[in-house]
Amino acid sequence: MRGGRLLRSPVLWVGVLFAALLLRIDALQPLLQLVFPGIEPVIYNRDSFLSLFLSQLGLVAVASLAASLVGVALAVFVTRPAGRDFRAMVSALATVGQTFPPAAVLAIAVPMVGFGARPTVIALFLYGLLPIIENAVAGLEGVPYGVREAAEGMGLSAWQRLYQVDLPLAAPVILTGVRVSVTIAIGTATIGSTVGALTLGTPIFDGLVANKLPFVLEGAVLVALFAILTDLLFARLERWLQPAAD
Amino acid sequence: MIEIDKVTKSYRERVVVDSLSLTVGAGELCVLLGSSGCGKSTTLRMINRLIPTDSGSIRVGGEDVTLVPAEALRRRIGYAIQSIGLFPHWTVEDNIATLPRLLKWREPRVRDRVSELLELFRLDAPSYRGKYPHQLSGGEQQRVGVARALAADPELLLMDEPFAAVDPITRDALQGELAHIHRATGKTIVFVTHDIEEALRLATVIAIMDSGQIVQLGAPLDILERPANDFVRDFVGRQGLGLKLLSVRKVSDRLRRGETAEGEPLALDASLGEALSAMTARRTDRLPVCDAEGRQIGVIALADLVR
Repeated sequence: MRGGRLLRSPVLWVGVLFAALLLRIDALQPLLQLVFPGIEPVIYNRDSFLSLFLSQLGLVAVASLAASLVGVALAVFVTRPAGRDFRAMVSALATVGQTFPPAAVLAIAVPMVGFGARPTVIALFLYGLLPIIENAVAGLEGVPYGVREAAEGMGLSAWQRLYQVDLPLAAPVILTGVRVSVTIAIGTATIGSTVGALTLGTPIFDGLVANKLPFVLEGAVLVALFAILTDLLFARLERWLQPAAD
Repeated sequence: MIEIDKVTKSYRERVVVDSLSLTVGAGELCVLLGSSGCGKSTTLRMINRLIPTDSGSIRVGGEDVTLVPAEALRRRIGYAIQSIGLFPHWTVEDNIATLPRLLKWREPRVRDRVSELLELFRLDAPSYRGKYPHQLSGGEQQRVGVARALAADPELLLMDEPFAAVDPITRDALQGELAHIHRATGKTIVFVTHDIEEALRLATVIAIMDSGQIVQLGAPLDILERPANDFVRDFVGRQGLGLKLLSVRKVSDRLRRGETAEGEPLALDASLGEALSAMTARRTDRLPVCDAEGRQIGVIALADLVR
């Protein structure tokens, strides 16, 4: 029964397709040569797709992890009595971070921290903060008043209320924010290739510069699969996190 | 058990509790009764320091509440509220065990305590302990809420309109259970309500509140028979006063000892209201009365009700 459910799961199929393309894209060489005659080489070969993927995964993981920690910490702060006055300011700052185009963040960051991974991580971090803060604030404020009053009235300390009541109850909503943030970060990370970060966007930009459409296609398809697979995995996690009820 | 001494609380310019003093003895079930906005909930919440006082002092068990850390104080005081506030991500067992586990009770003792409390509220322990709050009816949720408040065997129980949101039949059952628990455990309880019938049924002492002050303090019968002023008279309700008196007075006050009558006997601690109801239903004017062991000890007659 478990095997049947696994076979019907889109996570499995998208995952298999993604892994196959990542490792054995050269198997498509005859097909691509047929579709794009006269382009040589037809498959991007300056870096392996696996190393590009791992590099992008690292950038996204570092930026999203930092954005999640900072975002949830800020949301916790502005939903406690001591930080309530800062709520509007934190929301405004996060919104500014979101309206700033990532390309502009890269342009400003490069002179300060140099080319490569660092400006990309900074841009992804700032860009990913808003959905996490917004969802975490909504989740924490969504804890029913009666539940909070009961927890306080029973004598749970502020930390105990946060760890045992507020955060577990807000977790599904917080996770939705992280999911949105990570999915955006995967797409946005490709722009990092313009400042020298290695991502699956690198073949896209190389292909555009050298007018080699197959490179663009290969990079774009792999990035899309990467984003879809991540989103599906988060959906799984969300379902698993839903109250253990029923 | 509780000594409230000239406590005042205002929000901005509005005085909510106005130099209020009240002493509740150990084992009493004191009902704070009043309409909304009279300061009864604020008074209750100042006892466990959910709301700080502006002036005056509150002592619980002889100890000034502001001299104890708030969390330590609250762990000694059970707290049950209208919205119940069960933790939706925890099972019934985990909810009830919240405080015992915070207090680092050993797990077998926690489990025994949960079973004991579930049985006290007539919930079958094996089938209920693993359920989640959303799987319970409103009445069951409130039973678990009160069980959770009693879990660490607090010296004092504060209840803020706990039964206001459940249907009348369930409320009646819950009131019966609370009265039973109060008799069985002898806990001191402070109970806030706006419902006069509920107050008359449960209280050993009623404090009627208006505009942040206590207008009258007394036993239920005192309040009905000797209202301090027109406010109390209006609040108690001029209509149906006679029936309320019957619901508070006991058969034991009017018993004719030694006489006998036919039929199903009444209990000695039944109210005269129950006696009237039984007489009306059975079309009789005399009913036998038995004591706690079921021995017939006398008779109550219709004429005794209006003596």
